[in-house]
Amino acid sequence: MSSRNAILDSLRQNIPPPASLPAPINGIRYADPIKQFEETLIGAGGKLVRATEPQDLASALADIDVYASAAKIASLVPGIPSRDVDLSAIDDPHDLEGIDVAIIPGKFGVAENAAVWIPGETLTPHRAIFVITQHLILVVPASEIVDNLHQAYDRIQWSPNSFGIFISGPSKTADIEQSLVIGAHGARSCTVILL
Amino acid sequence: MTGHAEKSAAFVANEDRAHWHDQSLWFVRAKRDRQASAIPEWEALREAASAIKTHTLSRLADYLEEFERNATANGIQVHWARDAAEHNAIVHQILASHGVTHLVKSKSMLTEECHLNPYLEAYGIEVTDTDLGERIVQLRKEPPSHIVMPAIHLKREEIGELFHIELGTEKGASDPKYLTEAARGHLRSKFMGAQAGLTGVNFAVAETGGVVVCTNEGNADMGASLPRLHIACMGVEKLIPRAEHLSVFLRLLARSGTGQPITGYTSHFNGPVRGGEMHVVIVDNGRSRILGQQDFRRSLGCIRCGACMNTCPVYRRSGGYSYGYTVPGPIGSILAPQRDPEKYASLPFASSLCGSCTDVCPVKIDLHHQLLAFRKVLVDLKAVPLQKRLSMAVMGFVLSRPSLYRMGGGLMRAIVPRLPRSLVYGPWNPWGIQRELPPMPRQSFRDLIQKEPS
Repeated sequence: MSSRNAILDSLRQNIPPPASLPAPINGIRYADPIKQFEETLIGAGGKLVRATEPQDLASALADIDVYASAAKIASLVPGIPSRDVDLSAIDDPHDLEGIDVAIIPGKFGVAENAAVWIPGETLTPHRAIFVITQHLILVVPASEIVDNLHQAYDRIQWSPNSFGIFISGPSKTADIEQSLVIGAHGARSCTVILL
Repeated sequence: MTGHAEKSAAFVANEDRAHWHDQSLWFVRAKRDRQASAIPEWEALREAASAIKTHTLSRLADYLEEFERNATANGIQVHWARDAAEHNAIVHQILASHGVTHLVKSKSMLTEECHLNPYLEAYGIEVTDTDLGERIVQLRKEPPSHIVMPAIHLKREEIGELFHIELGTEKGASDPKYLTEAARGHLRSKFMGAQAGLTGVNFAVAETGGVVVCTNEGNADMGASLPRLHIACMGVEKLIPRAEHLSVFLRLLARSGTGQPITGYTSHFNGPVRGGEMHVVIVDNGRSRILGQQDFRRSLGCIRCGACMNTCPVYRRSGGYSYGYTVPGPIGSILAPQRDPEKYASLPFASSLCGSCTDVCPVKIDLHHQLLAFRKVLVDLKAVPLQKRLSMAVMGFVLSRPSLYRMGGGLMRAIVPRLPRSLVYGPWNPWGIQRELPPMPRQSFRDLIQKEPS
């Protein structure tokens, strides 16, 4: 018998009594979800910038130190140019090494945990871009901040062979004596611009 | 065979260090409490998580088949391993067929359980653990001492010395920021040179045929998105039915484990990277047998958050290595003896049964009840030392005979105070190693209550 069938048979022989699924949870709501998002983002080591109008995006970016000083910028946000990076010319994701800043559009944010949802198709062709970059800037519509993760999953559409990620703040670790250090493997900073 | 008490002796002997370890973990436990209390529906979430796991286990084979169908449709190659040996052989075969000589790994307790690293290294494959804590213990040739914080037992000076030798950092440097930066550079070169990445699985979703991996460092994403080959290894119990159920577990996982509202990266891998391959290895390794045991099957609901370790007064004061098993702490003390009751017989006794683990468990595993139930199993198996079994038999005999109990109590009160200390605190009294008996009262409680006017 194949291992597959042996395992499935063994699980069926040891099957526990039937049990039903629970009712959906009504998650926490916030009076001011954007404020909650900002506070939680700061707690996760990130930074929030508000830009009221789409045309303010360029000036909001210019005010971010890591953007202003970056040599190589990869932008996936329409209307914002890359700097000294041509993503369409890169075939091997290892060649993304050396990018200083990646600017990536987020679909929506979650107030309770400052997570921003990025569908894989946004990252095409290189899903490694968000983690290999030294600094990360996420651009999220201010109208798209949900309260909690239950609402978040209600919004996600799943397509076959896809990728998607929640990012909450920069890369971090506390593996040495519980001391929080920002910038473990991925982005050394994470700025979310709410448009 | 050395048990938990013997293995913890050296750790306990260093009082300052044991106290420091205790405080480090309590700090994390306190962070967990702040997060939990900020969510009004926390208890409803725990109930829901528990119910989803119970439901999933009641149809696990069906959901695994659904997962396999959807994963295959996503272009993922699904493998099945009955035990650790088969798991290791499958992973090696995949790597060998791609000519992989350098593998980067993110955290996977399953591969620790299967001892994958030494297996692959014997075939000449360089395996690099990329979670900072795991890399630290790998360089020290030690296993993790905690499932979420693998190097929680080490001080910064020890890590500084290790990095000085292994990574060439400055001698005497122990600033965590400096050491982390050195590790970042070292590990990035490993990521750039690896031909394959292996990750664990936090959750596998039957509905989508994909797996979800949570990290704070981003190491799983580096490993799964840079090389063309991604292997994800999971125990059968990692499955949940639908993507919407992720919301319940993800709200609980990081809050319970590290006191964060969510991990930095929560990655949903529903297929291979562009132009690459993705493999999922589904492992039983004794889990289907646990499923058949009514008293213990709820342990399969564990989401490996580590909260039970952080809160456990025994774990905090004895350290992860005193358990001698991949998963230490209360949950490990149930899982380990399932695998080998003789070898791990002391673990269910390494508990005060205070119930704190049960109180913090995000999926409401009845941990301290299971620890108690396992003691009975071990006594029935005669896996408990004769001294303990005999004393239990004597106690049982006396306690079920009230007149004998009263007579015994009277004798003890009369004789024990007159005995020489060497006789009372002899080697037959392990309880007295670090404790003094209370002074014997002149009267029993029964005597006192009978004198009270009713």
